Amino acid sequence: MQFMLLFSRQGKLRLQKWYVPLSDKEKKKITRELVQTVLARKPKMCSFLEWRDLKIVYKRYASLYFCCAIEDQDNELITLEIIHRYVELLDKYFGSVCELDIIFNFEKAYFILDEFLLGGEVQETSKKNVLKAIEQADLLQEKMLKVVH
Amino acid sequence: MEAVNLLSSNKYTEKQIGYLFISVLVNSNSELIRLINNAIKNDLASRNPTFMCLALHCIANVGSREMGEAFAADIPRILVAGDSMDSVKQSAALCLLRLYKASPDLVPMGEWTARVVHLLNDQHMGVVTAAVSLITCLCKKNPDDFKTCISLAVSRLSRIVSSASTDLQDYTYYFVPAPWLSVKLLRLLQCYPPPEDAAVKGRLVECLETVLNKAQEPPKSKKVQHSNAKNAILFETISLIIHYDSEPNLLVRACNQLGQFLQHRETNLRYLALESMCTLASSEFSHEAVKTHIDTVINALKTERDVSVRQRAADLLYAMCDRSNAKQIVSEMLRYLETADYAIREEIVLKVAILAEKYAVDYSWYVDTILNLIRIAGDYVSEEVWYRVLQIVTNRDDVQGYAAKTVFEALQAPACHENMVKVGGYILGEFGNLIAGDPRSSPPVQFSLLHSKFHLCSVATRALLLSTYIKFINLFPETKATIQGVLRAGSQLRNADVELQQRAVEYLTLSSVASTDVLATVLEEMPPFPERESSILAKLKRKKGPGAGSALDDGRRDPSSNDINGGVEPTASTVSTPSPSADLLGLRAAPPPAAPQAPSGAGNLLVDVSSDGPATQPSLGPTPEEAFLSPGPEDISPPIPEADELLNKFVCKNNGVLFENQLLQIGVKSEFRQNLGRMYLFFGNKTSVQFQNFTPNVVHPGDLQTHLAVQTKRVAAQVDGGAQVQQVLNIECLRDFLTPPLLSVRFRYGGAPQSLTLKLPVTINKFFQPTEMAAQDFFQRWKQLSLPQQEAQKIFKANHPMDAEVTKAKLLGFGSALLDNVDPNPENFVGAGIIQTKALQVGCLLRLEPNAQAQMYRLTLRTSKEPVSRHLCELLAQQF
Repeated sequence: MQFMLLFSRQGKLRLQKWYVPLSDKEKKKITRELVQTVLARKPKMCSFLEWRDLKIVYKRYASLYFCCAIEDQDNELITLEIIHRYVELLDKYFGSVCELDIIFNFEKAYFILDEFLLGGEVQETSKKNVLKAIEQADLLQEKMLKVVH
Repeated sequence: MEAVNLLSSNKYTEKQIGYLFISVLVNSNSELIRLINNAIKNDLASRNPTFMCLALHCIANVGSREMGEAFAADIPRILVAGDSMDSVKQSAALCLLRLYKASPDLVPMGEWTARVVHLLNDQHMGVVTAAVSLITCLCKKNPDDFKTCISLAVSRLSRIVSSASTDLQDYTYYFVPAPWLSVKLLRLLQCYPPPEDAAVKGRLVECLETVLNKAQEPPKSKKVQHSNAKNAILFETISLIIHYDSEPNLLVRACNQLGQFLQHRETNLRYLALESMCTLASSEFSHEAVKTHIDTVINALKTERDVSVRQRAADLLYAMCDRSNAKQIVSEMLRYLETADYAIREEIVLKVAILAEKYAVDYSWYVDTILNLIRIAGDYVSEEVWYRVLQIVTNRDDVQGYAAKTVFEALQAPACHENMVKVGGYILGEFGNLIAGDPRSSPPVQFSLLHSKFHLCSVATRALLLSTYIKFINLFPETKATIQGVLRAGSQLRNADVELQQRAVEYLTLSSVASTDVLATVLEEMPPFPERESSILAKLKRKKGPGAGSALDDGRRDPSSNDINGGVEPTASTVSTPSPSADLLGLRAAPPPAAPQAPSGAGNLLVDVSSDGPATQPSLGPTPEEAFLSPGPEDISPPIPEADELLNKFVCKNNGVLFENQLLQIGVKSEFRQNLGRMYLFFGNKTSVQFQNFTPNVVHPGDLQTHLAVQTKRVAAQVDGGAQVQQVLNIECLRDFLTPPLLSVRFRYGGAPQSLTLKLPVTINKFFQPTEMAAQDFFQRWKQLSLPQQEAQKIFKANHPMDAEVTKAKLLGFGSALLDNVDPNPENFVGAGIIQTKALQVGCLLRLEPNAQAQMYRLTLRTSKEPVSRHLCELLAQQF
């Protein structure tokens, strides 16, 4: 996977993860172009499209669009399920996740993504294992806070 | 700076935020990175798995070269260390992958690689999932080092595929066991040819069959996640089956499965099925099976609501097209074009044009199709397309009358596209006489029809029409007065556009000054264009990029064909007949910038035009005196334009005339044995005057010297008129090489220095040693050489009559042994040989499959060295 973008129906970027080195200018340009393209598509259309020499896989959950760019030989359907698994992870962690959770706890969203995907590849598909890692981190954090107080 | 402080903190929260800041905000080439590295190093050494993972995540997220330089050596150690926690191993594997992708040179291969492969056996599914990705990437560069992964991957896959839907606990996703891992394993297997070990292969085929069988079972859940995960595995399985392209049974089953998806209610599945079928269409085993779905695909093209799905349907139609269904497919695509989205019209136009040409049985159908294209989507018909139709009409006299009649009719439409005017103007100017007998299309009618469009057209088209008019004066003397009137009109003679004004002035003068004989010569019908690669294919390829579908293979075959020549670049001989329309078609010879011509104008025009063309004489033209006096390898002139063609004549033979012009003839006799060769060059002076300072020289461009050693003997510096001198060359092939050495000849003829550079007919195949082998051995070796980079393949049109005996002779001349009874199809040719060089030997296998019906060949070369495969393939493909 080359990158993943989360944006709202209004076109506001909520989370971005780049697995290939690109300049900020290029990232902005890609984001603008993709947000426009994806938002213009109708609900019943297929979730895949060719874009430059990449394949875009996207899916909408409530008000949020999850959009991944994969390479030519990558599997579209499994990417669709990567998105779903990520949503499930967020959902489980936040308890029925909504856009606001991601806005206010964006760091958690990134940590969960890092546990699930690393360098653009799936690292751990078990929901239990990913959440365990995050919970451990949280626990560590609480302990630290107690020590501080 | 604050972020670096946070990172070095002992407090987890602060550290975590520090890392997040760096991952999100720090660009991979930021200066900060160097400061951060130290903190990361401490965390990696900390033995606290949470800290280690944070550090690894950070390295993977930034992934810069500096990071690679600092950590690439440490991470493999962490990855294979016995005491690393599973989560650390997972992060280490993918972190390493990211660094390897960014800078492969920084990741040292070593004994750890073997241990990485064994991670495929790891207890922990997460570790396997991460490790497969790493191995898939690494094995592409070093397939042999990772070969053992095949059997491990197969057994892992087999265990997953055959497990019950709940066996894998949390790794089961909506009743599908480990879908991500399965997909990754199937991807890994696609890096290799089918397993050689029969047991492993059997087990794998069983897995593939199980996946295909499961697709027929009723779903275990109605959730879309279940079907997506299941089908993700199915599609990856089909990709692997297509990659192997060796199991007809599985290929046909895959095709049937995809056929079911074509009518599935999920748009996503229809899209993927169309896409996947495109690749199936290129396999000889499944091409026919794909064709059975033609009606469904046509229906998809008509009814799909999503443009991206329609696009896939159009691609598939293009891929499944052959002679049997070309008419149907082309007419459907034409119909689709009328309503197609603007974004893809040009591509459809190109595809229709290619299919119409490739599968045309009668050329009137081809002409109709292209004119229809112009009518329906004139704006999207690029120059390449209409150049091509002109070329084909010019070259095939059986279709010229029909073409003239059809364009004449098409031009009668009240509004017709400018491209139609261009094609019409050109064709009527060349072949209008063929329909002039009919009073409805008599010359004056033709002229007034064309001229009625004149004022609405762009400058380029008007210029072309002016050329048509002057051709009319030659074809139909009765129109002369009318046309001269038009040319003489102030709007032409004083046109603000220089090109138009110039043409009007020159043509007017030409028509009034030149005798009918001169006119007839100057304005003669264009000679046939040399047959060459259709430039439309090249254009389509540029539009689509590589890997766009099977039929595009043809487009890849000739990288050198550039678009402007449009296949319509006139031969040298057309230059001397300055056809008025020539420069519009990309000929460099524009009429000279001339004021109104004096009576000798016509003559000047001729001379000027021809001196500008792809000349035949400059190769022997005078070179500057100084250059001649100090000859050195640096200042030899570039090879003459025909050098490649001359070289090609010698690929399959060793003796003959290499070059000849008015002054000089060069003959060649050569013999080769093992990696050594001897060549005799005969230089014949065809004039009656002595050549002086005669110096033939062999030059090694680039680093060829280290690949091929050529020793030459000096020859006499004078060659008497009518005499011949001989030069002996001793040749030794040191390594495989791709470019031939150059032969530069300089001499002085009648005081004028002459120089000429040719390509010496020494190609790598000269060092072939034929090898006989039995069918079984051949296939075994063939399979051993099945990495994608070891194979080179070309599909190309026959340029010569397809005669089996001639082909045999050429293949033997090429140097390989011909193996009978190896290929199940007796029409095909199979050959084997070894290229002998001093440093190494390169085994080569080749297979040539003629298709008499399509007048095409498919040539496949497999050798142990990638550049050799490609080079041999290119050399040999030019011979048929």
